[in-house]
Amino acid sequence: MTASRSSGAREHVLARIRGALSQSGTDLVEIPREYRTVGPWKPGAPATIELLVDRLVDYKAIVHRAADVAELTTAITQSLGAPTTLTTGAAPAVVVPVGLDAGWVDTIRAAGFEVLTDSRTDPVPLDRLDTVVAVVTAARVAIADTGTIVLDGADDQGRRAITLVPDHHICVVRADQVVGTVPEGVALLTADCPQTWISGPSATSDIELSRVEGVHGPRTLEVILVGAAAG
Amino acid sequence: MRIALFATCIADAMFPQAPRATVRVLERLGHQVFFPPDQVCCAQMHVNTGYLAEALPVVKEHVRTFSPVLTGAWDAIVAPSGSCTGSIRHQQGMVARRYGENALADDAEAVAARTYELSELLVDVLGVTDVGAYFPHHVTYHPTCHSLRMLHVGDKPVRLLRAVEGIRLTELPNAESCCGFGGTFALKNADTSTAMLSDKMAAVKATGAEVLTAGDYSCLMHIGGGLSRTRAGVRTMHLAEILAAEQSTGGAAADAVAAAEASEAVR
Amino acid sequence: MTTFLGVPLRRKPDPELRHPNPLRGSESFPQAARHELGNTQLRANLAHATSVIRAKRAAVVNEVPDWEALRDAGSAIKADVMVRLPELLEQLEEKVTARGGVVHWARDADEANRIVIELIRATGQTEVIKVKSMATQEIGLNEALEDVGIAAFETDLAELIVQLGHDRPSHILVPAIHRNRAEIREIFLREMGDAPPGLTDEPRALAMAARAHLRRKFLQSKVAISGANFAIADTGTLAVVESEGNGRMCLTLPETLITVMGIEKLLPTWQDLEVFMQLLPRSSTGERMNPYTSMWTGVTPGDGPQEFHLVLLDNGRTRALADTVGRAALHCIRCSACLNVCPVYERTGGHAYGSVYPGPIGAVLTPQLTGTTGHGDPNASLPYASTLCGACYEVCPVKIDIPSLLVMLRARMVDEDRGRKVPDGWSAAMKAASWVMSDAGRFAAAEKLTGVGRLVAGKKGRISSLPFPASKWTAARDLPSPPAETFRTWWARERGDQS
Repeated sequence: MTASRSSGAREHVLARIRGALSQSGTDLVEIPREYRTVGPWKPGAPATIELLVDRLVDYKAIVHRAADVAELTTAITQSLGAPTTLTTGAAPAVVVPVGLDAGWVDTIRAAGFEVLTDSRTDPVPLDRLDTVVAVVTAARVAIADTGTIVLDGADDQGRRAITLVPDHHICVVRADQVVGTVPEGVALLTADCPQTWISGPSATSDIELSRVEGVHGPRTLEVILVGAAAG
Repeated sequence: MRIALFATCIADAMFPQAPRATVRVLERLGHQVFFPPDQVCCAQMHVNTGYLAEALPVVKEHVRTFSPVLTGAWDAIVAPSGSCTGSIRHQQGMVARRYGENALADDAEAVAARTYELSELLVDVLGVTDVGAYFPHHVTYHPTCHSLRMLHVGDKPVRLLRAVEGIRLTELPNAESCCGFGGTFALKNADTSTAMLSDKMAAVKATGAEVLTAGDYSCLMHIGGGLSRTRAGVRTMHLAEILAAEQSTGGAAADAVAAAEASEAVR
Repeated sequence: MTTFLGVPLRRKPDPELRHPNPLRGSESFPQAARHELGNTQLRANLAHATSVIRAKRAAVVNEVPDWEALRDAGSAIKADVMVRLPELLEQLEEKVTARGGVVHWARDADEANRIVIELIRATGQTEVIKVKSMATQEIGLNEALEDVGIAAFETDLAELIVQLGHDRPSHILVPAIHRNRAEIREIFLREMGDAPPGLTDEPRALAMAARAHLRRKFLQSKVAISGANFAIADTGTLAVVESEGNGRMCLTLPETLITVMGIEKLLPTWQDLEVFMQLLPRSSTGERMNPYTSMWTGVTPGDGPQEFHLVLLDNGRTRALADTVGRAALHCIRCSACLNVCPVYERTGGHAYGSVYPGPIGAVLTPQLTGTTGHGDPNASLPYASTLCGACYEVCPVKIDIPSLLVMLRARMVDEDRGRKVPDGWSAAMKAASWVMSDAGRFAAAEKLTGVGRLVAGKKGRISSLPFPASKWTAARDLPSPPAETFRTWWARERGDQS
């Protein structure tokens, strides 16, 4: 039993709040929602995709376009680059969430990488995760106006650690997952699973306001947009 | 139109050239100006220093003096001060209500609705930007905080200045940055006030202008005081004074002659 | 050990002396500002930093066609949170608990610290990693942990710099803004232990040194402490908005997560994120969106910390909540936009306010959280640390009318002193002025006295020196010579008949 629960702090704080409000007033507030809930960019439309690309490039993410499965395979292979054999003689490893598309998993193997499959019930140990060269996932939704990609922990995106620890995150986003505005993105998301909103690799401007990309988390973010050929 | 003038306590006592110039401009435009002699002060200083109880009698007197506007004695009230107009518009009602004087509050707000800062009156009410002024000098304009953010006068003062014949107007760098006066702030926080003043003066000097103008003599007193102390070679004039300057006075503010006789102030 | 006549004196250690009070400085704002203004490095850094962030913010805000509508919504949502606070907090607690989290309540800083210490002790750990959190700074958590032998490692780059530099943060968002790159390099070399010997002062090199230094900690730590930007009542979700990735590290890798959050940081519904995830990033760092935002609800089996504790903090918020006008200060989402536009803050920096909440919002929040004890209290000077220029109100994403709050708090300071019958030059002067200025006859009589000023001004036409308190003016400024005629005298003379 912790200090607060045995001391009645909860009741005390709530009583204080109620007491304060009895003094300052409890008139209900009407909330005006005149802000736009949809923008001029339709989900999945070429203009919307272009906007997303513009923002991602601005954040120093690397962007690939793939019109079909063949181009997607090429893009994944290109993103991974040539595998550098480890000093142990082993092949470098890539971690994937358990529900990732089997075809993409094959592509990763074919490119010369060992594939580690991660799930909540059978996670890759942290020290092993620290040695992988990349992670490949899908996404839940992308918001074009802000260049944001949201992962929500579904089987094809995985638990949060796998997109955090490796230095290279390759994220496959389908054109129909791309919406224009933040309200549209929020409407497609729920609180069911932990979420990560990603808008470019990490950055800091704490040193003389000079922006440095890639502090913690993947220093390289590559986004493959599928079903949207370069317009 | 019949326009009542609220000279403001500080201009009445220390900078009469501003309300005098206001009278000249309005009369030149063909309007009739009145000066309700019972006027004193809008109470801004008291309100902003937290002395609301002491502000109340001052507010009362102001509202009483100017309430004839509500029964048609005048068409409008003008004040050559953005900060006083702001206080009248946004604070007098609050002071009255705080002490339960709801009738006074209603009157204060009604009078405030007919009270305008000079550039507001000229552009919005009288519909003019060219007031027939002549002032062939190099001028820069400082938008005072209350005019800018409380009254939202926008570019009205600049449009009025641009229409002045012979004027050369240079934009002030970081114009929207506060000069550091802030009423009693200049005394209670003198060091920070001076730091802000220092930067404002540097910006004024950077324009190369001969004259700094603004719509509030409180700020001009502060910046002008610093310019004078540092012998910066820049003088301050209220917006009204520039608008009042004419060909017939050789491009000098009409009563600058009279003022020069009265004192050799380096303004 | 002090002695008196050779005999050692035992004094009870003054807790205030061991650790400075996070919400109250030791001197008034004018006194503190005086010496901060003399710190030219700070002035230069701040002027540069604030102007850069101002420009970035302006650019991204101007892009948004419905910015004012978002502000209106944000303001109303926060006002709604205040009036429904008890129900919303109960709802939050229910939702967090249903998802396997544990909710604790803390009346004040001491209680919050005790709770956190107990929770850490229960894990057996003596080291914790932290994500930057204003709330934990406010309660002096790091110092409280240090006192009981628990080491708390800050993982935000700026907080790391401040911690290693044995310093205090000077800005809510960029706490090490008062340090330049050379100083940071020195601090790293001296205090980091594993800084590469050839470390340059190039920002990228410094950031990479921090990355390597902290990575070890991230991969090993079992307990993390965070704050939260938002807590959503109808889902029990918490959100942390960040740039560097240290937040993700702390929120994901350890086994135990303890989040300390002020009771006011709620949003009623999930949908409200659509407003605040637009208002916050654009207002704080001047970006369309910050690099990483993490959102989690309670515990998710197999993903992230399997033990989650939420500590809800009052610590004076209910004091602020009791004032109809003053409680608007609780709407603050800690974006720091007001700091970046404030001409006073830009020159004095954050330390002058004596509180972890500096700048315009600090001037209205700090004295309400702590209460004030009359004009000797440094926090009573905070509401006067402003020219009421209004720049802060213009940029506040939730439209807190800081200038009006400042005036209201000044009135409160005056009334507090009234009650104590403290003789004060200001109140005498204000009473006298009120008497003079509420009657034209008295005013005209007073104006006659300005004739003395003309004598003082003399031929020069200006007054350059006056006795105290007017000396505060003449220290830096001249006063013009009072005019020969006041306006009303002139009018009476020239226009006698026209009133």
